[in-house]
Amino acid sequence: MENILRIDQIEKYYGNKSSLTKAIDNISFEVGKQEFVAIMGASGSGKTTLLNCISTIDKVTSGHIYVAGEDITKLKGNSLNKFRREELGFIFQDFNLLDTLTAYENIALALSIQNIGAKEIDKRIREVADELDIKEVLMKYPYQMSGGQKQRVASARAIITNPKLILADEPTGALDSKSAKMLLERFNYLNEELEATILMVTHDAFTASYATRVIFIKDGKIFNEIRKGKSSRKEFFDKIIDVVTLLGGDLNDAL
Amino acid sequence: MMLFKLSLKNIKKSFKDYAIYFFTLILGVAVFYVFNAIDSQTVMMDVTKSTRSIIDLMINMLSGVSVFVSFILGFLIIYASRFLIKRRNKEFGIYLTLGMSKRKISMILFFETLVIGILSLIVGLGVGTLLSQGMSLLVANMFEADLTKFSFVFSLSACIKTLIYFSIMYILVMLFNTINISKCKLIDLLHASKKAEKVHMKNPAISTLVFLISATLLGYAYYMVTAGINETLEYVDKIFIPIILGIVSTYGIFWSLSGLLLRLVQKTKTIYYKGLNSFTLRQISSKINTTVFSMTIICLMLFVTICVLSSALSIKNSMTANLKTLAPIDIEFYKAVDIPEEYTGKNKNYTKEIIEDSKISTRETLEKLDVDIDTYFKDIVEVEVFATDDVTIEDTLGDYLETVKKNYPYLKLDSAEEFMRVSDYNKVARLYHLEELTLESDEYILLADFDSMVMIRNGALKENTNITLLGKTYHPKYQECQNGFVHISSNHINTGIFIVPDNAVDNSIREESIFLANYKETSKEGKQETEDMIRNLTSHPYFKNTKIEIESKLGLYENSIGLGAMVTFIGLYLGIIFLISSAAILALKELSESSDNKERFRMLRRIGADEKMISKALFRQIAIFFLFPLLLAIIHSVFGIIFCNYILETIGNQKLLESIIMTSVFLVGIYGGYFVITYWCSKNIIRGR
Repeated sequence: MENILRIDQIEKYYGNKSSLTKAIDNISFEVGKQEFVAIMGASGSGKTTLLNCISTIDKVTSGHIYVAGEDITKLKGNSLNKFRREELGFIFQDFNLLDTLTAYENIALALSIQNIGAKEIDKRIREVADELDIKEVLMKYPYQMSGGQKQRVASARAIITNPKLILADEPTGALDSKSAKMLLERFNYLNEELEATILMVTHDAFTASYATRVIFIKDGKIFNEIRKGKSSRKEFFDKIIDVVTLLGGDLNDAL
Repeated sequence: MMLFKLSLKNIKKSFKDYAIYFFTLILGVAVFYVFNAIDSQTVMMDVTKSTRSIIDLMINMLSGVSVFVSFILGFLIIYASRFLIKRRNKEFGIYLTLGMSKRKISMILFFETLVIGILSLIVGLGVGTLLSQGMSLLVANMFEADLTKFSFVFSLSACIKTLIYFSIMYILVMLFNTINISKCKLIDLLHASKKAEKVHMKNPAISTLVFLISATLLGYAYYMVTAGINETLEYVDKIFIPIILGIVSTYGIFWSLSGLLLRLVQKTKTIYYKGLNSFTLRQISSKINTTVFSMTIICLMLFVTICVLSSALSIKNSMTANLKTLAPIDIEFYKAVDIPEEYTGKNKNYTKEIIEDSKISTRETLEKLDVDIDTYFKDIVEVEVFATDDVTIEDTLGDYLETVKKNYPYLKLDSAEEFMRVSDYNKVARLYHLEELTLESDEYILLADFDSMVMIRNGALKENTNITLLGKTYHPKYQECQNGFVHISSNHINTGIFIVPDNAVDNSIREESIFLANYKETSKEGKQETEDMIRNLTSHPYFKNTKIEIESKLGLYENSIGLGAMVTFIGLYLGIIFLISSAAILALKELSESSDNKERFRMLRRIGADEKMISKALFRQIAIFFLFPLLLAIIHSVFGIIFCNYILETIGNQKLLESIIMTSVFLVGIYGGYFVITYWCSKNIIRGR
């Protein structure tokens, strides 16, 4: 299987010599094409730092990150921005929708900054709105939408550019359980039908159980890794809970 | 002392927030100082006594204006400091949760205001002192004084005055801050930043309607002050109509334009969905939507500024230019003659001696004043003016009287009209190089150059109104007033004088004796000597026995220079303050939303917009926000200046282009300066961590 993302011995330190914090301590893993990977860990385990490094928002201290064969730790300035807008799609916990723009315009913005024509934008938005079931909210402003709708609009914005990799940071964090379930089912649809590669950070076992593979992180290191394989979502959920119990500590609080 | 340290740190840390505030204070202090220091600059100048007294008058007026200016600046500073406090709500919230008392927070603010106040005063006075050196040149130029000895001037009195005025302002700011802090609630402070923006889109149909109505009203107001100006000025009260229309329609345009503009651009999808255009446009329209009132005020202030600056700067030029045609000779003496005996007495203030003096001609009075006419004067022309209470303005208007009464209720209709023999007038005309007139024995010609009176009188002349003088009737030779004047002056102020055949008047209605002449001396010094001699006549013992009036070209010249300079300086002062105020308010409005903007730009970065795009979007956003009110103000001003021109026509309005260029320099300098600082500050605020 072709690798979309390859992480090669990355480390991320904070602070100075006298008080060094290793947020990421030598992590390596790979994500193949059309995989749906969840990264789980407690608060402070380094999972958000990991995601920030992959999304080029933060820089690694050492190691390499390859996206589709390209080493993104070497990118700088505008090529970094270009990489970010063309190869990556982001979904955030707090949606990150612009409150002055309608849903349609929010989605369109991701394309218009790539200099794509208005006609093409319209066509693609119609398609993606169908897939994510947000046709009726396209002309609404963020403050007129529910949390679930907002997150689906944000998802639409993330996938409309056909990114190689979709990065999701606690996408269900601000959603009620019904909206969360609906969103995750859409993720599965994107993953299976549209062949999207998704890397999701979460501390919620239920959310993670929708993935095909879960990587557990503790204190900046990979603690465990389990695959869904042929098991059902319910069985996979139980497996995740087992590991979480093993991890112990604060992650339980989040359940 | 801990609090003081905290204050200092706060100022250092939030310097970029304070930049606009600081800039405004410095400008305010500097301008205030410069205009109050004119006093000391003129002391050095070598000017005549009468110019000196005009300068003194001007300085008094300027210090009166300073009080008004200090009110404007005071409000501006309080407004700006309120904005700064708002931006720091969260910080104060944290202090409060840590258990700091509101009194201590007030103390922190007190120290901050103190430090900023002192700094701004020092820098502002420094800048002001430098600028006022340049002002010396302008002052010298205005009063046409030789600036042979340029010296560095520092005005202690202006400095002290500035210190006092601004200290009062800062104390007021401190008071307001304390009140503000004592009123606020902790929960509001902590959650001040978490306020979801609701987008209120206006109904496009209503927006379009409001826009069309406003544009029509504005067009009509423009028409009223330009093409339709004659109808507008028919009634004095009517001038308020275009002003009110202008204000209302300006508000209407700002109210509707943002929505309308957005709709229009949205229709052209290729532009709207290009780069960050949709984002920028939304930002601007939401900004304009929430600041309709301020935009209106700012636009109107800019409009006033542009008109005041460009008119004020051109008045001085035109006044002196007018003199060349309106005061073609060096000196004019005139006095009332044949004052009736019954005018002596308690209420009339005419002494017996004055009555006696009024029986002799002006030349004879001059001789009594020991003026050696033949030594000093050449080109002498002596003429007489006649008037009788039997012929007043009322009587010369004929059937047109009713219309005049209706349209000009304030016009005094019972003052006596003046008459002059045609041969006398032709003597004057020859001296003035004006066209000479001829008359049949039953004709009259009306001579006037004061525009609004010309308008009234032409109405009567058009109806061929006859006048009756000493029992004989005359009809007008021309159906409109002829341009001309008898008395020298700096303006077109001849409201009307009737030129009649020589035998139409006799000595029974003699009113005025006029003596016109040029100085024999031709050199500048020689003319000044004659001038001084004439000015000294007031101390002659006989002078109190005569009502002789003296009008000299040099005197007129000095007066109009003084008046021009006065108008120019007051116009400059107010114009600059208005400009600072409107630009500062705009800048603060823009920056007050910078924290919201920071969040929005962060999102843009996350979805991959690069720095160049973001800078461009920010630049456009601020530029359009600044340009919008300016653009409308400039359109207003085009018509405003045309109107001013019309009103000032009696003064004449030359070198308008130069004034407009000067105005643009001020606009670009101050308004542009604020724009640059706003852009710079915003860019700093939205920059990532």
